[in-house]
Amino acid sequence: MEDKILKEIINPENIVYKKTKLMTDKTLSYCPGCGHGTSHRILMELIDEMNLQEKTIGVAPVGCSVLAYEFMNIDMQQAAHGRAPAVATGIKRLWPEKFVFTYQGDGDLAAIGTAETIHACNRGENILIVFINNGIYGMTGGQMAPTTLEGMKSSTSPYGRDVKTMGNPLLITELVAQLPGTYSVSRHAVHTPAHVRRTKKALKKAIENQVNGIGGVNFVEIVSNCNSGWKMTPVKANEWMAENMFPFFKLGDLKVDGKLIEKEK
Amino acid sequence: MGELKLMKGNEAIAEAAIRLGADAYFGYPITPQSEVLEYFMAEKPHERTGMVILQAESELAAINMVYGAAATGKRAMTSSSSPGISLKQEGISYMAGAELPCLIVNVVRGGPGLGTIQPSQCDYFQATKGGGHGDYNLLVLAPASVQEMADFVELGFDLAFKYRNPVMILSDGVIGQMMEKVEFQEQKARWTEEEIIKNSTWATTGKPESRERNIITSLDLDSSRQEKHNNKLQRKYQDMRDNEVRFEKIECDDAEYLLIAYGSSARIAQKVVQLCRDKGHKVGLLRPITLFPFPTDVINKLADQVKSMLTLELSTGQMVEDVRLAVNGKVKVEHYGRTGGMIYSPTEIVEVLENKIIGG
Repeated sequence: MEDKILKEIINPENIVYKKTKLMTDKTLSYCPGCGHGTSHRILMELIDEMNLQEKTIGVAPVGCSVLAYEFMNIDMQQAAHGRAPAVATGIKRLWPEKFVFTYQGDGDLAAIGTAETIHACNRGENILIVFINNGIYGMTGGQMAPTTLEGMKSSTSPYGRDVKTMGNPLLITELVAQLPGTYSVSRHAVHTPAHVRRTKKALKKAIENQVNGIGGVNFVEIVSNCNSGWKMTPVKANEWMAENMFPFFKLGDLKVDGKLIEKEK
Repeated sequence: MGELKLMKGNEAIAEAAIRLGADAYFGYPITPQSEVLEYFMAEKPHERTGMVILQAESELAAINMVYGAAATGKRAMTSSSSPGISLKQEGISYMAGAELPCLIVNVVRGGPGLGTIQPSQCDYFQATKGGGHGDYNLLVLAPASVQEMADFVELGFDLAFKYRNPVMILSDGVIGQMMEKVEFQEQKARWTEEEIIKNSTWATTGKPESRERNIITSLDLDSSRQEKHNNKLQRKYQDMRDNEVRFEKIECDDAEYLLIAYGSSARIAQKVVQLCRDKGHKVGLLRPITLFPFPTDVINKLADQVKSMLTLELSTGQMVEDVRLAVNGKVKVEHYGRTGGMIYSPTEIVEVLENKIIGG
């Protein structure tokens, strides 16, 4: 019976979706419900669809996605914590015709790597930065991140983030949008099919900008969940993210074609 | 005969790199090595060869730019001085772990901390014993002239790619700042994309259908695989010990007393040998050119010939430990050093020799 169902499923006529060949068969190390898997997939789908595999060099960070190179079927380098934009600078300066991206979490990009992020963006390196922001250090077990919300609990802010002593959550995406070296800056999510489509569209535009040689950093933030670190079920984590993260990390375009988007007051 | 120029050691490094056809230099200003970046910028290597020069926002960023470039099979380098090299140690350790070839120049100044901007040789331990975290070694070259500053750029890159390992030129403020006559080679071409892809099959140049993806990483969460990798690195360092030891012997054939010194100290020691010989003392000089691998065997053999040894270092005594390991108790090994940017004079050393070694 099971064999029959399986055969039915793999009947080419019934296939409506398949894994891109740019994702390896390695089992993802991410927790079930985590946004990393979807983010990886749409990025790899785009590189495949745009026929860029042979031109792509990716840079993995330190954090949950430290092993991104195990899952992405492209040439990749693993960078020291926070240094991915510097590593990508070294690659892109020497291979300007290649497509170069970094894939970084919030601790990597907005805490230890703030200087590298700001300066790569300010120099206008022609790279794509994909920034996964889940407001927590996932890999090391749920410590407070630069993007942890006020009052949000983590293992190093067990009574909630007290901004008086622990500092404020950092809106680094708003910050890099102000720099002349960024060409496009936007913030998205991947917790619903509609959001996945929007994120994929934004990533596609960002990739096109670089491939077309339009100078400057294309910066795509994806606000994501961390159900393990937040200690919630995946469904609850997504609800909590929409209710609490999105009001602070507002989704949408911040900069398009080198121009800041005016926000309504 | 190549082109002769009069220039500073720091400038010679930069000129040699352009002429070699190196691909990139990423740096950050710090005394006493800022002339490297300044010379590069003034020379417009982008117009001469297409070489990329970039002033980074920090030493951390600079070494990581080198990491990114080196991981694509390009010949990338950086330079700094002691406090800046400390900042680069994170990246250097990652590069050793990920087996990336690159050239790092340390124009050493006095420490610890911010120390002084005057010359010193106090970073020997850091350079030769790893420097950052983990079990690893750099291949370390110690130039004693402006000519060697230039020559070791090519030698350094050749060794770096031969062993897929970072190579360090351990210079100091004297060699970096002094001007000497230096002979340069003719301009060589930079490696083409085809050459890089053919010669560095491990490099991340974009994955074609014809090969598996290339990954550059120093991470392995599987302990048994990580141990295997570490053992592989150790075998590589052993190959360096077996094949790459370089040194210079001066007046050693009939020597009864041996000086051991590298870099700027070796230049001073040459004068000491001459002064001692004039006085009838049979003093010789062994100058290690590679500090890792260290010329252990030749020192051990010389210990059968000489009565005692004196190491000269502009430090409180670092290389002396490797000399004592090499000598293994056969003869007395003394150390004489100055620190904080102070430099000994030849007559000062002759006095030390007569009191501590020859008369002692």
